[in-house]
Amino acid sequence: MLKYLLEKEFKQLFRNKFLPRMIILFPSIVLLILPLAANFDVKDVRVSIVDGDRSSYSRRLAGKLASSGYFRLAAASESYEKALESVEQDRADIVLEIPEGFERRLSVEGEAPLMISANTVNGVKGGLGSAYLTTVVNDFAAEARGEWLQSPGRLAAPAFQIIPLYRYNPRLEYPIYMVPALMVMLLAMLCGFLPALNIVGEKESGTIEQMNVTPVRRFPFILSKLIPYWVVGFIVLTIAFLVAFLVYGLVPKGSLLTIYLFASIFSLAFSGFGLVISNYAKSIQQAMFMMFFFVITFILMSGLYTPVASMPDWAQALSHLSPLRYLIQVMRFVYLKGSSVGDLLAPLAALCCFALFFNGWAVLSYRKKS
Amino acid sequence: MRQFLAFIKKEFYHISRDRWTVIILLVMPIVMLVLFGYAITTEVRNTVVGVYDPSRDGDTRGIVDKLMASPYFKEARYLSSPDEIEDAFKGGGLGLVLVFSERFAENMARTGEAEILIVADGSDPNTARTLVSYATNIMASYAADEAASVPYRIVPQIKLLYNPQMRGAYNFVPGVMGMILILICAMMTSISIAREKEKGTMEVLLVSPMRPILILLAKVVPFFAISLVNLATILLLSVFLLKVPIAGSLFWLIVVSLEYIFLALALGLLISTVANTQAAALLISGMAFMMPIVLLSGMMFPVENMPLFLRIISGAIPARWYILAVRKIMIEGLGFPSIARELAILGGMTLLVLAAGLKNFKIRLE
Repeated sequence: MLKYLLEKEFKQLFRNKFLPRMIILFPSIVLLILPLAANFDVKDVRVSIVDGDRSSYSRRLAGKLASSGYFRLAAASESYEKALESVEQDRADIVLEIPEGFERRLSVEGEAPLMISANTVNGVKGGLGSAYLTTVVNDFAAEARGEWLQSPGRLAAPAFQIIPLYRYNPRLEYPIYMVPALMVMLLAMLCGFLPALNIVGEKESGTIEQMNVTPVRRFPFILSKLIPYWVVGFIVLTIAFLVAFLVYGLVPKGSLLTIYLFASIFSLAFSGFGLVISNYAKSIQQAMFMMFFFVITFILMSGLYTPVASMPDWAQALSHLSPLRYLIQVMRFVYLKGSSVGDLLAPLAALCCFALFFNGWAVLSYRKKS
Repeated sequence: MRQFLAFIKKEFYHISRDRWTVIILLVMPIVMLVLFGYAITTEVRNTVVGVYDPSRDGDTRGIVDKLMASPYFKEARYLSSPDEIEDAFKGGGLGLVLVFSERFAENMARTGEAEILIVADGSDPNTARTLVSYATNIMASYAADEAASVPYRIVPQIKLLYNPQMRGAYNFVPGVMGMILILICAMMTSISIAREKEKGTMEVLLVSPMRPILILLAKVVPFFAISLVNLATILLLSVFLLKVPIAGSLFWLIVVSLEYIFLALALGLLISTVANTQAAALLISGMAFMMPIVLLSGMMFPVENMPLFLRIISGAIPARWYILAVRKIMIEGLGFPSIARELAILGGMTLLVLAAGLKNFKIRLE
């Protein structure tokens, strides 16, 4: 029985002129374009300097900023108000105000203030930009102090060196972080939306009536709807691996088999979810809206774009309800840290629970009686 | 006119009798706003720090204490050997590990050769960078405090403009507005017209004495009403719940929103002249509008980071200009002159889309 049902589903899938193309093209296009757009990298922060001092120190500080690699000097402004205007017109992100008498106060009084005003509408850029700027200013102060100490008759001041080291992603590249997680989004979209369209599509075209008068039991029926999308999941994942390797040169540190294992459970779970939606929805429009709503919520809660660790506690607790969260964690761990199945038992258990839960629900909520 | 009103009534029934769609249309903006407002922050707080400290002297303890006193770091977990670093990172949970050199205080006072290695989990480049620069700054200020007798101290005073608490909501509220309004206006309008075509009821409507263009207009009215409700909900929620103030003029905010809603409705009509089935309408509005809006409009990802060709595409996305204008009025509190450009661009786009839609509009069904 299942064999014939599957034959029907696969034929339906491949004789659709649109779906097979979408299954191939959508992952490739998303993976080609998205990592270019989904770039939170903070570089080239534009600093407008208001130099009220015009001394050798203030010029050196400006030079140090420009050569630090993080900043680009926007046109200098004569006053704070002018600089603020350039922030409003989006020509600068940060205003650095060096007050008059900066050099004199620094060398005579030993202490000088400095004003940093950062546009924080974009919190990441503003926050990180002002933190970088503080680092550069501190470096500059240390340099000046070092020169002062080298003059004869001075005692060494207590000092230490700070050496940053980035594990797993030493050059801090964004694609390595984003691409594996985007694969999960792709899987969720294709393995979620397509099954959601399936049963409800049969409802709209009226063919579900015919299914309902056959002796097919609901378990094989749901299974026959599920398996094609499971296969689609494998195809999508394989295309994604190829694109990641060919375009971004990414190879997982861990084993591909680990990823396939987790992804297959995930796509099973998410197709089940799509079927649940499709059992309840009465029209394609309803199904799409519900799906859209849940997928967006799942994606936002999953830590794909913003780290789960920075959410408030209640949201972190809620994020456990998003199946995407687990697979994204797994993908990033396997790609970046080379974790193996043994390290990832908790997400494995969670994904299995999701798969059982959604598919059980899909079977139970399918009714032949209307 | 009476006919027109009757048609509008019909359209309202169409929507209000589809319970799920109404619920989703009215609830979705609320859920998204709450999610974006509370859950989606890129702020880094409460990081657990691993410490490997072979010296255990006053200075290393002082530095760790000073770090823990800041809101960014929460808990110091002491490691007994450097080998544990790898496991600590793999198990997740740790954001940073500090490794102090031996005889830290002694070296710090005498030779200045004391070292702190900050090992960050670089998987997420932004979090890693942020944590490292926060930690570095805190340590530098510790060093400066210790060397209080030495001159050359620069005291940076940091002022965060517009969004002093660095809340993600300030960035996202305009984005959510841009997305929801397009979703409801363009997507729903086009689908509901396509549905009439698909079900064959469009034919019935077209043979009625009503002028075809008015039939379409009647379709648009309920979605216009719903989007006004949504606009009001979003603004009320963001002011009273998320505490995102409207810094500029409410009047101009509403003007630019109305302009954007008109544009979105026009887009919906344009799609419906092209698409004959719901699925096609859905895919066109989903692929051509939703994805680009989320990705390229600057709602989530800064436009200036994108390569040139994406920036050019982004210029053609209405939501980008709307979001920009809303940010300027709502968050930065700027006046009309600064959004004149955005208003003009949105207006131009509306005219273009309307012209294209009317040109494509056919009374006959083939």
